[in-house]
Amino acid sequence: MNEQDLKKMIEQLVSKMVTGESTPVDTIPQVTNYVEQQVNYQPTNVDDGQYIEDITQTDLQKQFLVKDARNKEAYLDMKSKTPARLGLGKAGARYNTISMLRVRADHAAAQDAVFTDVSEEFIKKNNFVFVQTLCKDKDEYLTRPDLGRRFAADTAKVIKSVYPNSPKVILMVGDGLSSSAIEANVENMLPAIKQGLQGYGIETGEVLFVKYARVGAMDDVGEITDADVICMLVGERPGLVTAESMSAYIAYKPKLGIAEAKRTVISNIHKGGTTAVEAGAHTAELIKKMLEKKASGIDLK
Amino acid sequence: MQDEVTRIIQDDVNERIFDEFKNFTVAEFREWILSEDTTGAMISRASRGITSEIVAAVTKLMSNMDLIYGARKIRVIKHCNTTIGKAGTLSARLQPNHPTDDPDGILASVLEGLTFGIGDALIGLNPVDDTTDSVVRVLKRFEEIKQKFEIPTQICVLAHVNTQVDAIKKGAPTDLIFQSIAGSEKGNTAFGFDAKTLEEARQLVLKEGTAEGPNVMYFETGQGSELSSEAHADTDQLTMEARCYGFAKRFDPFIVNTVVGFIGPEYLYDGRQVSRAGLEDHFMGKLTGISMGVDACYTNHMKADQNSIEDLSVLLTAAGCNYFMGIPHGDDVMLNYQSTGYHETAALREMFNLTSIEPFHKWLVKMGFVDEYGRLTNRAGDASLLF
Repeated sequence: MNEQDLKKMIEQLVSKMVTGESTPVDTIPQVTNYVEQQVNYQPTNVDDGQYIEDITQTDLQKQFLVKDARNKEAYLDMKSKTPARLGLGKAGARYNTISMLRVRADHAAAQDAVFTDVSEEFIKKNNFVFVQTLCKDKDEYLTRPDLGRRFAADTAKVIKSVYPNSPKVILMVGDGLSSSAIEANVENMLPAIKQGLQGYGIETGEVLFVKYARVGAMDDVGEITDADVICMLVGERPGLVTAESMSAYIAYKPKLGIAEAKRTVISNIHKGGTTAVEAGAHTAELIKKMLEKKASGIDLK
Repeated sequence: MQDEVTRIIQDDVNERIFDEFKNFTVAEFREWILSEDTTGAMISRASRGITSEIVAAVTKLMSNMDLIYGARKIRVIKHCNTTIGKAGTLSARLQPNHPTDDPDGILASVLEGLTFGIGDALIGLNPVDDTTDSVVRVLKRFEEIKQKFEIPTQICVLAHVNTQVDAIKKGAPTDLIFQSIAGSEKGNTAFGFDAKTLEEARQLVLKEGTAEGPNVMYFETGQGSELSSEAHADTDQLTMEARCYGFAKRFDPFIVNTVVGFIGPEYLYDGRQVSRAGLEDHFMGKLTGISMGVDACYTNHMKADQNSIEDLSVLLTAAGCNYFMGIPHGDDVMLNYQSTGYHETAALREMFNLTSIEPFHKWLVKMGFVDEYGRLTNRAGDASLLF
C-alpha cells in the first residue's frame, strides 16, 4: 500500500463517518497493518545514490564560475598558474553560493586540524613514547606558546630514561598546529628517515611523541638528553589550501635559547608539496651532514 | 631605557598645543573628542600635541561605537600618485600573493582584482623570495601593467626595506617603500632597521622612485609584535601599537595598516577580540594623524571565521577606514591566513555609497567594470577582458 492508497482509504473512512455510514469492518485491519509497517520500517539501503556531493573534492583550479567570460580557455590556463581562488564570478557584489560554502568547508578542515588531537590509536600503533608539555589543554597550548616549549620535572625523567646515554640522534613528533598533518605524513616520513640513516650506519632509538608541542620543545629535549642531533616533525599552522602541511626542524645540540637561525627547516611537507618520502630521505642526509660538521642551520653552509 | 621611538614621539609633540590639553583628564579628553563642538580638523590639530601613550589611554576608555564615532570625524588625506582618504571613498590594496612568486600566477590575481575595482590604494605583493633580483622582476612587471592599462595607482613590493633600496639602486620602479614597524627601538632592531634606515630609504625613493609624492612610505603594524621579540618593556600591547603610529608619523606615510588578527590567539584570542583591536587600531591611527587602513584578518588557530571579519569590515567602513586588503576570496595562499576579498570592498562601497579614489574610479568606468556610482557591472570579475 502506498501513501496515495492510504490517503484514499482515510478519505473514504472520514467521508463515511461524516455522512453517518458505518465503517466497513474489513478496512480497519488494513489500516492498522499499514501503520504498524510504517512504524517498524527499517531502511535497508540508504546508499541509493541520493547523497550530497562533497564540495571539497572539486579541483578549484578547474572550477570556473564567470558568466559569459570573454575567453574561458585562456582564463583557465591562467588559473592553473596559481592556487588563488580566481574565476569565481559573482552574485551582485557577493560570492556565488558554491564558493562561499567551499571557503566554509575548507576553513572547517583547517580548524579541525588545529583543535582536534592526534588520536591515541595513532600514537599506540606507531609505538611512540608519549609525553606532554606543560600545557594542560588545547586552549592553554594556543594562548601560552612558552608552556608548549617546556616539560615538567617528572616528564623530563621519563624522557631521560628513554634516552639515557646522550644519543647521537633523537627523532620526535609534535602535534604543533595541525594534528591532521601528523596523521597524514608521519607514517611515510619516519620510515624514510630511518632507512636513510641506516644506510649511513646511524642508529636511532625510540620515537618521542609530544602533545601540545611548539618547535622549542626540541630544545628542552636537548637539555634533558644532550643528544647530538634532534629532528622534530611538527604540524604547521594550516591554511585553506591544505590543512595537512608538516615541517621538519633539525638542529645540532639544541639547547634552551638556541637562535632560530641555527635550526634547519624543511617545510611544506604534504602530498601537494614536498612528499613525506622525499622529505624523509633529505632529512636523513641533513642529519648525517650535521653529525659530521657538528653544526646546523646557517652554520651548516 | 634609551629608545629612539620614544625620542621621536616626544620630539614631534607641539608644546603649544600640548599646553592646551595638559590639564585634561583622559576622561575629559574622551568627551572632548566625542563632543558635537569638536570637529575633525580640531582633532587633527590636537594630534600634534599628544603622545602615543595618551592616544592609547583614551582608546581604552572608548566603547566600540565610541571608536567608530570618533574615528569617523577624522579625515587623513595623503597623496602619492593619487589621493587617499577623501570623504566618499573606500580604497583597497590589491594583494596578489603567490606561494612561489610565479609571475603569471601573480598577474592572474592582479588582473582579476582590477576588474573588481581593487588596487586604488596600491598593488602590493608580499614576496616569498626577499632577494633583490626577484623584487626588481616583480616591480618591473607591476610597472608594465600600470603603464599598459594606464592605471592611476601605486605599486610596491613588500620586501625588507634594505632589499627595496637595493632594488631601486638597480633601477627598479617603485612608488612606495614598505616596512613592518614596531613600537620600540628594540622591536625595530629585531626587524632589522632603525629610523635612520627609513629616512635614507625615504630620501632615496623621493629622488629615484616613480611616485609624484610627497607621501611615499607604507607601514604595517599589529598588536603583539613587540612581545614576540621581547621588545615591549613590560608595556601593554595597545600602548605599544599606538607607539608604532607615533613613530610612523615622523615619515609622513601614504598608508599604514594594522594586520590585526595575523599573529595569533596568544595576542588576540578570538573574533571578538580581533574586532575590538581592529576598531582600536583604526581609531588610534586616525587620532595620531596617519592615513589608516586595516587588514581585517584571522589565522586558522584562532576562534574566528570569515563572518568575523566581514562584520569588522562593515564596522570599519562606518568608521571611515581608508582601505582594506583585496585577496581572492580573502584566502592568502602564500601567508596562509584569511583577510578581506575583492568582493568585500565592492559590496562595502555599494552599501555605503562610496567609490574608489577618483582617477581610479574614472578608469574603472572607462573600462566598464563599474557604473558612475561605483557599482560593479556584469563585466566585473572577468579578467579575460584584460588579456
